This record gives sequence, structure tokens and C-alpha cells, in this order.
Amino acid sequence: MTVILALSCTAALLAVAAIVVFIGRWSFATPVVYCVCFVASLMSLVAAVAHLLGGSTPVSVTLPLGLPWLGAHFRIDALSAFFLAVVGLGAFAASLFALGYGRHEDAPRRVLPFYPAFLAGMNLVVLADDAFTFLLAWEFMSLSSWALVMAHHRDPHNLRAGYIYLVMASFGTLALLLMFGLLAGPGGGYGFAEIRAAHPSAVPGAWVLVLALVGAGSKAGLVPLHVWLPLAHPAAPSHVSALMSGVMTKVAVYGFVRIVFDLIGPPAWWWSVLVLTLGGVTAVMGVLYALVQHDLKRLLAYHTVENIGIIFIGLGLALAFKAHGMASAAALALTAGLLHVFNHSVFKSLLFFGSGAVLAVTGVRDMERLGGLIHRMPQTAFVFLVGCAAISALPPLNGFVSEWLTFQAILLSPQLPSWGLKLLVPAVGALLALSAALAAACFVKAFGVTFLGRPRTPVAERAQETDRFSLSAMYFLAALCLFAGILPGLFIDALAPVMQEFVGARMPVQTRAPWLSIAPIAESRSSYNGLLVFLFIVISGTLAASVIHRLASNKLRRGPAWDCGYPDPSPATQYSASSFAQPIRRVFGTVVFRAREHGEMPPPGDARPARLTVELRDLIWDALYAPIAGAVGVVADRLNHLQFLTIRQFLSLVFAALVILLLVLAIWP
Amino acid sequence: MALIIDFAVQGAQMLLVLLLAPLLTGLVRKAKAHFLRRRGPPLIQPYRDLVRLMRKDVVLAENASWLFRVTPYLVFAATWVAASLVPTFRTGLLFSWSADLIAIIALLGSARFFLALAGLDVGTSFGGIGSSREVMIASLAEPAMLMVVFTLALIAGSTQLSTMTGVLVSTEVGLRVSLGLALFALIMVAIAENARIPVDNPATHLELTMVHEAMILEYSGRHLALIDLAASLKLLLYVSLIACVFTPWGIALPDGGPATLALGLATYLAKLAVGGFLLAFFETSIAKMRVFRVPEFLGAALMLGLLATLLLFVSQSL
Repeated sequence: MTVILALSCTAALLAVAAIVVFIGRWSFATPVVYCVCFVASLMSLVAAVAHLLGGSTPVSVTLPLGLPWLGAHFRIDALSAFFLAVVGLGAFAASLFALGYGRHEDAPRRVLPFYPAFLAGMNLVVLADDAFTFLLAWEFMSLSSWALVMAHHRDPHNLRAGYIYLVMASFGTLALLLMFGLLAGPGGGYGFAEIRAAHPSAVPGAWVLVLALVGAGSKAGLVPLHVWLPLAHPAAPSHVSALMSGVMTKVAVYGFVRIVFDLIGPPAWWWSVLVLTLGGVTAVMGVLYALVQHDLKRLLAYHTVENIGIIFIGLGLALAFKAHGMASAAALALTAGLLHVFNHSVFKSLLFFGSGAVLAVTGVRDMERLGGLIHRMPQTAFVFLVGCAAISALPPLNGFVSEWLTFQAILLSPQLPSWGLKLLVPAVGALLALSAALAAACFVKAFGVTFLGRPRTPVAERAQETDRFSLSAMYFLAALCLFAGILPGLFIDALAPVMQEFVGARMPVQTRAPWLSIAPIAESRSSYNGLLVFLFIVISGTLAASVIHRLASNKLRRGPAWDCGYPDPSPATQYSASSFAQPIRRVFGTVVFRAREHGEMPPPGDARPARLTVELRDLIWDALYAPIAGAVGVVADRLNHLQFLTIRQFLSLVFAALVILLLVLAIWP
Repeated sequence: MALIIDFAVQGAQMLLVLLLAPLLTGLVRKAKAHFLRRRGPPLIQPYRDLVRLMRKDVVLAENASWLFRVTPYLVFAATWVAASLVPTFRTGLLFSWSADLIAIIALLGSARFFLALAGLDVGTSFGGIGSSREVMIASLAEPAMLMVVFTLALIAGSTQLSTMTGVLVSTEVGLRVSLGLALFALIMVAIAENARIPVDNPATHLELTMVHEAMILEYSGRHLALIDLAASLKLLLYVSLIACVFTPWGIALPDGGPATLALGLATYLAKLAVGGFLLAFFETSIAKMRVFRVPEFLGAALMLGLLATLLLFVSQSL
């Protein structure tokens, strides 16, 4: 029933995508398309949540589509239902936001057909139950999002972003294709049920893990496969950026979890070493990259890389525990990872909406040209602040809960028997702590430079509050950040069926704990109660305010800023984004980015201004991608003369290829 | 009946930390003045300052936003809640399970997040320099602190402060290398977090190396009073934390009677006084370091914490 409902929502989205190709010219096309997407995503969200809460018995259905002897298999189990809910929630909020934001689009026909198609693609990936449907849906999702990245194709930066995205997406799909080939084996059973039944032996299993990390990891943004992400996500219209960063990366995480926890069979312990190392490096590198950005949307995109790292740390711990048969610890780690999937999709969508609202009213993404928006856009500033606090893992909001659970899982890992993990896990814990602290610095910078201080340009001075649809979408997500932060037990319990299915144990029931606190193992060991912490802060804050106002003084005068007696009226004397990041750039960036600062001071009497230039190098690009791109160019040049052969030479080439293939077939065991 | 007593003890703890915090600050100032052969202000001077500041009008910069006005209350509330959750004279308080040590650290992080934002709100260069250096220091101090928490949690088998104190007060733990390393790391973090010498100087706001005082330069009146009170509370919190984890002797356990409560209170006051004197002694015997030496100082704390955790990870299998 649920799977039929979800598939019909997806079919409705595909139908809208097809119809809008013809009616896109009409002026009411924009609201109609986003309305339909809004309703369809809401329905699939409700269906998914109902399935997750109502016992989650797997339901499958086979449609006579695709390959004739295979058909298209779809199945919904607890994991699919959870990710379907994440996709539905993100799509629901993005469609609501786009009802207002979409009006600012110059060429709506470049966005409207691909938006519902993109949503449908993501739904199909999480519902697919055979390799063929999965890959088809995956590629459909990639291509429709590529079309959305290219919506503003006149900007040369976007052209480059689209090109790199296309290359990386094809590379990722190639890895997944090879991986499914290995999983299906010589028998060619491409249904997930058959793959599940036939576990690969140790050597192909390792290859499957590596290929899954490359395929799903490049889509999710694992370092060093992340290079396309901070280029492509900001290039798209903001509601699509929110979906790509908040939801599509989560679909990639779904792919990884489905393959590694389900299809591949029992894991080997060293797999978790790979996943944990990549996760830890990704978390710290992502946030360091984010810290040195001054383009608001690119900062958010780099920060997605960090959160993917945190999610993969949770998944890696779950793998380690599962491989050593510690089921309840694995349940804790996997819950932490999946809860962070949900939390990140909520606050990253919220933050991209906020940056979209700023972009729509000012036309500026560069933080160095914004400032003081809290006066002109007070409501956007408030919800953006909630998002910033949530993503910086501050209690009592939701980001803290999932990071807290990850820390609790790390504290269980001394019981792991293997020495490699014993040495690795504390280091990963330190990396996680470092990335959490740097994230707070990063969002002090993002909020402080964009919304606080004095306006740096006239456009920032003239900004207006955004429209009601955009605001309601942002308020909804901000409320969800608070709700999931103060009542996390509800969400942890909803994830219990996933844990039962994939690691064979679940966390203790949380909603029956006194005062609705959460206790991962036992209350004497560790517990946290977001609701009480929230109430305590509210009560003591109001108490302090009312006592002081009643008994002491409530008078207030406005005056010029003090600034130690030397306030400067020019807004250029404020701290900018790059000067705010300078201390951290100096501490971490000199190693990670080879950051160099050149000061150019004209001699006395010279009227030219002094200049400070900062030089940053992306070592991953320089060391990994630039050589590959160079090599491809060289090889293409060398092979170029093959274009100008005679017909006889072409025929002999074809003949040689045929002979070689036949020889290979003959020698193959 | 037991619930009412628990409520009363929890309430007493909240009031106690609030009332003692300025006294500890006054004690440190007095002791420092004594070491410098000055007479120094009386012990109750911080209370007088607070009362005087609260009675004055607030002078707000013309372009200060609502965030600037809300922040002092938020910072005070978060710090007060955090300070009331650290065991002082008795463990197992009524609400002690509502936040473990990781959550307490994160609550202090929330306070710092909003204070750093308020530093940027008016758009002055001093506010910006303070905020940007504060987050740089925090980005190293917080992971170092979490490593200390890991060490303690692995020894005690819990991140809950009450349980931790209960385990450490029992004789079975004894002396451990990792506990010693964690103590050093924690003291270094506490110095940095409370803006004390050698990281920052709490007594000045007229030099270019200041951090905390630069961030709150635009605050006045009751707002400044709340931020000062929050800073005192934070100092008290760190001294209580070090006391309850590393010198837990004398602290009252949940099943003790009124006599143990009195003993707990007396030993707590003695620990606070000793802690304040040691801090003052340390501050007078060392010079302030350059801002870009601070990362090395805190990096050392982080490495000590990591080493302590690693030792425990390795030794638990033997």
C-alpha cells in the first residue's frame, strides 16, 4: 500500500515534469508546478512516516517496466521509509519555499521541468529493489540535477561547475555499475533479494566496499571526491541548492548504507578503518574549506562536506561494532549517523533557504558585500540564526543530539578487540571534536558578517524582508530544529525498526524514560534531556530579565558606538569575512592550504593604497585532479590523429579489436 | 518528602553558585593584589560593581540589534544552568541527569557562540577582533576539553558528572598516568576558557592583545553586569569541575545525612579558596603570551588529552 502510494506520487511528479515542457510558457506555470510538488511530497512524506511508525513490514511490488526479463522491482522497508521521509520533508519545504522564491527566476522554463523530475529521481532511488532500476534512477537524479545546475548557464563559473559535476557524476555511476556487476556475480541476479541471498566472498567484498565508497561517496561529497560539490550546489537556484545539499547527499548515504549494511552481507572489521578515516578527514577538511570561503552559498556547500564526514564517522563505528558482533553498540552508532542525516537535511535546507532569501532581495552571494541585514530582514535573520545554532551543535537544538550520540558511540569503542581500531577511534574522536568547534566558528562568521554589523554596500542597505511563502518554509524548518532537539527520543524510537533490520538490535525505548530524556545505554552512564535544558535556559533567562527590570533599572539610551573612543563611520573598517577567519587561517591554513599573505606597502608620500593579498592553494585539486586532467588532455592530443585515418586503416582497426576480444574470450577461464 | 528535599538541595546549589561566583572573583583579585604587594579592593567589591552596574542606564550603540540586547540574558542563563549542573557540595542532584559533562561543555559553547555574535553586531573593529580571536581560541580549547571528558568518561565508565565523582571518590581508581595528563590539559583549557593570564588578561581592555574584553566593549549597565556575572560563574564552574573530579574528597554522596552535607559544604568552600589562591599565584608568576602562541599552548593541551585517551584505549584491553 505504502509503496503504491509513494510510486503514484513519483508518477505524478514525472507527469508534471512532462506536461510543464508544453505549458512552461504560461504565467501560472510556476505556482502550479510548485503546488503539485508540494502536495505530492507531503503525501509521500506522510506515507513514509506512517510506514515507519506502523511496524515497517517490507512491502515489494514489481512493475512491467525496464528490462523485459527483469521488470522494475520496488520495495519499501524501514530504511527506505526513513530516507523517503527525509526526501519528502526536504521536497515539501523546498516546494513551499519555491512558491515565493520561484517568482524571482528569470528563465523559469530552465528550472520547472527538471525540478519535479529531480524529486522523482530521488524517490525512485530509495524505492528501487533491483540494480537496474537503482542505477537508472541514480543517473536520472544526477542528470536532472545537472540540468538544474545549468539553469543559469550564462555565468562561466556555472559552466565549469556543470562540466565538473557531469564528469564526477558519470565517474561515480561507473563505479556503482562495476560494483553491482561484482555483487550480482556470474549468475547475473540483479534483484536485490538475489544479491542479498548470495554473499560475495572476501576479495570481491573488499572491491565492492571500495567501489561503493567511490560511487556513493563521490555523490555524497567524501574528501577527496568532493570537488564538484562546492561548485555545483551553489550554482543552482537556492531551493535546488537546498535539495542537493540537504537531500541528494543523503540519498547517496542511503545508497552506501543499503549496499554496505544490507546487500554485501557480514562486514570485515578493517572496512570500518577505511570508512572512519575518510569520515574524520572529510569532517575536518570540509569545515576548514568552509571557513576560508566568503561566498555564502559556497560556504554552506563546503559545510555539507563536513556533515557528511560526521555521518560517515557514525556509519564507520556502526560497521566496526557490527563486525565484532556488538549489536547494541552498533545500533547506537547507526542511530547517531542516521539521526544526523535527518538533522542535517533540516538545518542545511533552512540555511540554503536563508541564503536564497538574501540572494533574492540583494542579488549578492558574497558576504563581503552584505552586512547589517538583521535590521532590514529581521525574520529571515532570526530563522537563519536558529539554523546556524543548530548546525554548530549547540544545545538544546537538534544538531547537538546527533553529535552527542556519536560521542557516546565513540566512548563504547575501547571494548573493540582489534588494535587498529583502538588507535584509530580516539584520533577520529579528536577530529570530530575539532570539526564541531570549527563549525561554530564558521557559523559565527557566516551569520555575523552577513546579518550583523553595518551594511557594506548600498544593496545591503536597501534590502527588504522576503515573501511569506519563503518565510513560512523557513519557520517550519526552524521549529523542527527545536522540536527534534528537545524531544529526540521520538526520532530515536522511530529509527528502531531500521536498527532491528540491519544490526539486529535496537537502542532502549526512549519515550518511556522519565521526563522524556534520552539515555543511549543506561541513565547512570549518560543521559541528556533537551527539553529540561531548554526550559531551564528559558526560565532562568526570563527570571533574570524580570528581576533586573523590576528591581534595578530598565532604562535604555541610544548613543554612538564606543569603540574605545575612536569609532570610524566607514563600514569598511568593520571586520570582514576574510579578516574574521584570519587567525584560524593562520593556525590551520598555513599547513592545509599553504596560505600566504603578501602585504604591499607603498613608500611614504605615495598616495596608492596599501594592499594585502591572501593566497590559498587547494592541495587536493593540485595533487589529484590537475594531473589527471592534464594526462587526459595529453592522451586526447596523442589519439587525435586516429580521426584522420583512411577507410582501410579504420577497417583494420576494427578487425584487430575483434581478434583481440575473441582471444580474450578464448583465454578467459 | 524525599523529592522536596532533593528540590531544596538543587535550589540551594543554584543559589550557592550564583552567590559565590563574585566572591571567588573577588578572592582571586585580592590574592593577586596581595602577591603584588598591594592592598587590593575588598572581597565584596565585585558585588558592589554588579549592583552599581545594574542600577545604571544602558547606553546602546545606535545600530545595535535585538540580538545584542538578548545575548546577555542568554549567556547568563546558559552559564548559570551549566554551573548548577556541576556537583559542588553534593553529587546526585535532582536534575543532574538532564545534562552530562559533554552537554555542559556544549552549553558553555552556546554562551560563547552568542557572545561572539554580539561582538560583531555593532560593527566596530574592536568587537570584530575580540570575536575572531575568541573563536580561534575556542576552536582549540573545545576539542582539548572533549578529550579530557573522554579520558574521565573512560575511567569512570560514564559521562555523567555525579557518577564520575562517585567512581573517583572511591579508592579503587588510585593514581593513573592518564588522570594526571587529563588534569594538566583541563587546567590549561580552564585558563584559556576563562580568559586568564597567560592567554588573555581579565584586568585590561586597553591593549591590542585583549580578547574577551574587546568582544564585550560595547556593553554597559545591566547588560555588562550580566556578562560579568556569567564570566564569574564560568570561573566558578571550572574550579568546581576540577575540584569534584580531581579532589572529590569530602563531597556529600546522595545517601548521606545532614552532617555529610555540612562537611561537603565546608570542604567545597575550602577547595574554592585553595583554587582561587593557586590561580592568583599562577597568574602573578607568569607573563602574558602573544596571541599566536596561544594555539601552541592549547595544541599542547589537546595532545595531552589525546594521549590520555589513547593510553586508556590501549590499556583497557590488557
